Amino acid sequence: MHSDYELWDVARATALIAAHRDREGPLLPILHAFQETFGYIDEAAVPLIAQALQLSRAEVHGVVTFYHDFRRAPAGRHVLKLCRAEACQAAGGDALVARAAARLGCAMGATSADGSVTLEPVYCLGLCATAPSAMLDGRVVGRLDDQRLDALLGEAQR
Amino acid sequence: MTLRVYVPGDAGAVAVGADDVAAALRAAAQARSVAIEIVRTGSRGLYWLEPMIEVATGAGRIAYGPVTPVDAASLLDAALGDGAHPRRHGVADEIPWLKRQTRLTFARCGVVDPRSLDDYRAHGGGQGIAKAVSLGAPATIEEIVASGLRGRGGAGFPTGIKWRTVAQADAPQKYIVCNADEGDSGTFADRMIMEGDPFCLIEGMAIAAFAVGATKGYVYIRSEYPHAIAAMRAACAAARRGGLLGRNIAGSAYGFDIEVRAGAGAYVCGEETSLLESLEGRRGIVRAKPPLPAHQGLFGKPTVINNVLSFASVPIILAEGAAFYQDFGIGKSRGTMPIQLGGNVRHGGLFETAFGITLGELVDDVGGGTCTGRPVRAVQVGGPLGAYFPRALFDTPFDYEAFAARDGLIGHGGIVVFDDSVDMARQARFAFGFCAIESCGKCTPCRIGSTRGVETVDRIIRGEDRAANLAVLEDLCHTMKFGSLCALGGFTPYPVMSALTHFPEDFGATPKRLAAAE
Repeated sequence: MHSDYELWDVARATALIAAHRDREGPLLPILHAFQETFGYIDEAAVPLIAQALQLSRAEVHGVVTFYHDFRRAPAGRHVLKLCRAEACQAAGGDALVARAAARLGCAMGATSADGSVTLEPVYCLGLCATAPSAMLDGRVVGRLDDQRLDALLGEAQR
Repeated sequence: MTLRVYVPGDAGAVAVGADDVAAALRAAAQARSVAIEIVRTGSRGLYWLEPMIEVATGAGRIAYGPVTPVDAASLLDAALGDGAHPRRHGVADEIPWLKRQTRLTFARCGVVDPRSLDDYRAHGGGQGIAKAVSLGAPATIEEIVASGLRGRGGAGFPTGIKWRTVAQADAPQKYIVCNADEGDSGTFADRMIMEGDPFCLIEGMAIAAFAVGATKGYVYIRSEYPHAIAAMRAACAAARRGGLLGRNIAGSAYGFDIEVRAGAGAYVCGEETSLLESLEGRRGIVRAKPPLPAHQGLFGKPTVINNVLSFASVPIILAEGAAFYQDFGIGKSRGTMPIQLGGNVRHGGLFETAFGITLGELVDDVGGGTCTGRPVRAVQVGGPLGAYFPRALFDTPFDYEAFAARDGLIGHGGIVVFDDSVDMARQARFAFGFCAIESCGKCTPCRIGSTRGVETVDRIIRGEDRAANLAVLEDLCHTMKFGSLCALGGFTPYPVMSALTHFPEDFGATPKRLAAAE
């Protein structure tokens, strides 16, 4: 949840880099640590990491932007991921996506106007035998239907 | 007497309420002053019965499912009195759907406590690495070669040959990398093993390390699997404490350790060279081959990179011998395959069986048809890069070569079932669209072709100059299939062309025209 995140802080960021920099291939672990701590990868993180790992800023920027997970701005207070992959399509997932977007008044990839929920697509949560599936802030939900979706949205918007 | 109840902690069961069921059982037991021990296991893979709990009795583990928190009280009364209950299915191992399977790789999944190395060993775990150490490295590799095990990630390359190549490479540092970037829709077997029997994967990787002379291993798990990441991290720590990892694995003089790494939401990182790039801390851009990862893999060092299921199949091959494993299956597809049934299917879940079962048996008989009760129109086998098969091809045996002969692939063993409401032109469009989102961008056929594909399918759907656009579509697929660097661009034509070939009516094309084009 957004409120659990710390505000961007250079000293804290430097400590996180120091905790991971001696690992083999430290960049992804550092980016994950940043996102887990601050909720997103601040623009100021890029030169900081680049200097510590002796990479160019372009290289770090390239990695941050390559992966779907890394955000460059904070998300809403909750993140609701709805699965858009084939197994969930087969089980009626597309209609749920449309319903969620209508209820929140925002498209996939956007945040509701009240800042409560960021709606994101996910391509498979590995819950294909209990489709359609969703994930609310890391909590997995299967056998999603209109009622369960509405309950999730209600919970997130409270 | 303490009542022991097994409740899955598997993400698939948790997603349909297993945690709430566990809490309700605990509360109901407390209300009755009954001592209860709840063991959180993995899933048995009967997902349509999840949450499926099991109560330990003198007659075996009695299964109940699907259980809701509301059922907890009546279920506890039934269990204590050994009485009837509408959710009761009798002894879990005797449930026909489970009993007709051949569980080799998944023998312990859903049975053992995935956090207990002692429980793993009590159920036969650890025998594979012990055997490997007694055989020595070269003989261990030959066992894997002789077993006929092929890469379960999808490519089907002989695992033993890969290991032999790495063993023969002369380098001071070698790596074992487990590809747990299970991104194919319709697949969840890797997730189940990591959450339900993680020590089996660790043991398989340790055997590989011993066999090829590697000291460090990585498990690269997709970030969409937080439960699996947590389970693997806990299991690695327990394995270190218990001597399955560390300086002296299985009491030998050989040292090996594993680190768990999380992906970051890139489907293409399931491609092995892209995964290695990602582990090294770069964009997941596919590498050209050669050099093979076996020669120059992670950080340029010889690397065994195998799928979760390949490694997880290794311990039983060593423990029981190559001949035992090789005895299952048909043709060049030896052993068993954990097949995953998902989507619009009545009895979805994990069905491990010897190669050779037909697609129709799997979908109609095992899967029980669709969940909606409507007729099955198409199934996609092998994930987003796998072909759509119509009912007319349901006699295809589940086997690497048989699927290839019909322009399909078994991939990682996922089958997604669709009913007759599916629009196959839209599925073809999705295949291109997914490829466009996930393309690493290195090669032109994939990067550009996927987007041109979406546009072309859109024109066909709109009815614009159909014949010409269908010709463009086929030409584009040909270019992507033969011109792409990896399977993402190279296999996207499978779902597209199979949809067009088998369901031309959805594209407004006449079957006759396509038959003439072939």
